[in-house]
Amino acid sequence: MSESATTIRIDVLRYRPEQEDEPVWQSYIVPYADDMSVLQALQHVKDEQDGTLGFRWSCRMAICGSCGMMVNGKPALSCKTFLRDLQPGPVRIEALAHFPIERDLIVSVDPFVRKLEGIKPYLVPRKPRSLADGEYLQTPAELERYEQFASCINCMLCYAACPQYGLDPGFTGPGVLALLHRYNADSRDGGRAERMQIVNAEEGVWACTAVGYCSEVCPKHVDPANAVNQNKVNSATDYFLRFLSPRGGRT
Amino acid sequence: MRRSNAPVFWLLFGAGGMLCALLGPVLVFVTGLAVPLGWPLTADAMAYPRMLALAQSVPGKGALFVVIALFAWHAAHRIFHSLHDVGIRNGATAKLACYGGALAITVITAASLLRLGF
Amino acid sequence: MSRNAGAGRAYVRPMRGWWRRNPFFVRYMLREATAVAVAVYAIVLATGVVRLAQGEASWNGWLEALRSPWSLLMHLVLLAAMIVHAKSWFEIMPKTMPMIFIGGRRLAAATITRTGWGATIAVSVALFALALVFSR
Repeated sequence: MSESATTIRIDVLRYRPEQEDEPVWQSYIVPYADDMSVLQALQHVKDEQDGTLGFRWSCRMAICGSCGMMVNGKPALSCKTFLRDLQPGPVRIEALAHFPIERDLIVSVDPFVRKLEGIKPYLVPRKPRSLADGEYLQTPAELERYEQFASCINCMLCYAACPQYGLDPGFTGPGVLALLHRYNADSRDGGRAERMQIVNAEEGVWACTAVGYCSEVCPKHVDPANAVNQNKVNSATDYFLRFLSPRGGRT
Repeated sequence: MRRSNAPVFWLLFGAGGMLCALLGPVLVFVTGLAVPLGWPLTADAMAYPRMLALAQSVPGKGALFVVIALFAWHAAHRIFHSLHDVGIRNGATAKLACYGGALAITVITAASLLRLGF
Repeated sequence: MSRNAGAGRAYVRPMRGWWRRNPFFVRYMLREATAVAVAVYAIVLATGVVRLAQGEASWNGWLEALRSPWSLLMHLVLLAAMIVHAKSWFEIMPKTMPMIFIGGRRLAAATITRTGWGATIAVSVALFALALVFSR
């Protein structure tokens, strides 16, 4: 471009339940600098133009997972999305897709949190341990089996990307299933049998149709599509092998 | 949470999909384009005596049955889920239409293959 | 729904037309649509088997039908669909597999995809060669 832009227009989908029944678009002109993020643009609006604009943010460095929203129709972390890549604008910003909008860019996250709690997202010891047993030992190879799935920052971009979640909010979803897999694949963990009950359900891995967009949008390269779909094999194995073991499916 | 029976259909879907990825293009090309057009293959490749011998042999029967049945079950599973993607619920009617169709193709093929004898 | 204090009535956006809003989803629906072609071809083959069981005249009638312009056009479309199926299948295949380590290094997704394509090409060449032999 021959002359550099000094401003850019952002269109935000506002929703204030006390004054409107449906969301409405509102435009703002913000100053442009080539190192500005979408989050900074929103902060400028809130600080200088319209203090009523509501949005979540915290670390502004793509590690807390708070600032997920739709930027030009794609799920993104606003702190990690830059205005220079969205030129000349206007930039369309709306709340994270597939979630109910509570207000402006703020979505309801309660179901996600409940699902996350439901998978026991912590190491379940195989047998009781005492301090005298010392620490767990783990080889680099054992670490590699689950490390990428441990990178999840619970930003829920994958849920905004997943049409199956959008169509059926009961679906456990990519992020939670990736975290479920993170624990199942950890050599220190012994809680696989309990977590398999979630995996094996229709709302577990079986609602997934391998669209793969979740892995495309993940800012931490967790690859939830891989976590979910390799567990289809585990689930199918569990389904057929349960008849061989007198106690039911293998642990 | 109730255990889903999806694994059965998913395994059929997966096997059919893999077979289709490996064999689909060449089979369509040979049977639907090359042989009918007479180039680069001739009608002899699918002549009655040859095809009869294939269908009457045990491995031939097996191959024909596996290809046709798995293609059908693969398609049924994917179409069933695609209907859901465009808004048609995963109800009994959709299940019957899709998996019932695959079952019909399977049964008809098996019946004809048996009728061909050995 | 929202449990917040205040006027809160959480707004749920409709899913209608979801796949038209993003090229990624359009490609996904195209991939899924190849199943229709697979179903059609399964029916074509099944019809062939039925005609074969009905005798030589019936079989030759079926071969004749395959030579019609409509059949040729349809099979051209089916061929395109089969290729789209194979391409998308091998692209998604690595996602369905657990981590594989060979000599301490993780097997890359691209390698798995290329292996799949290699298998298809090998099988296709072999089958075509067989059909060529039978064309004599």
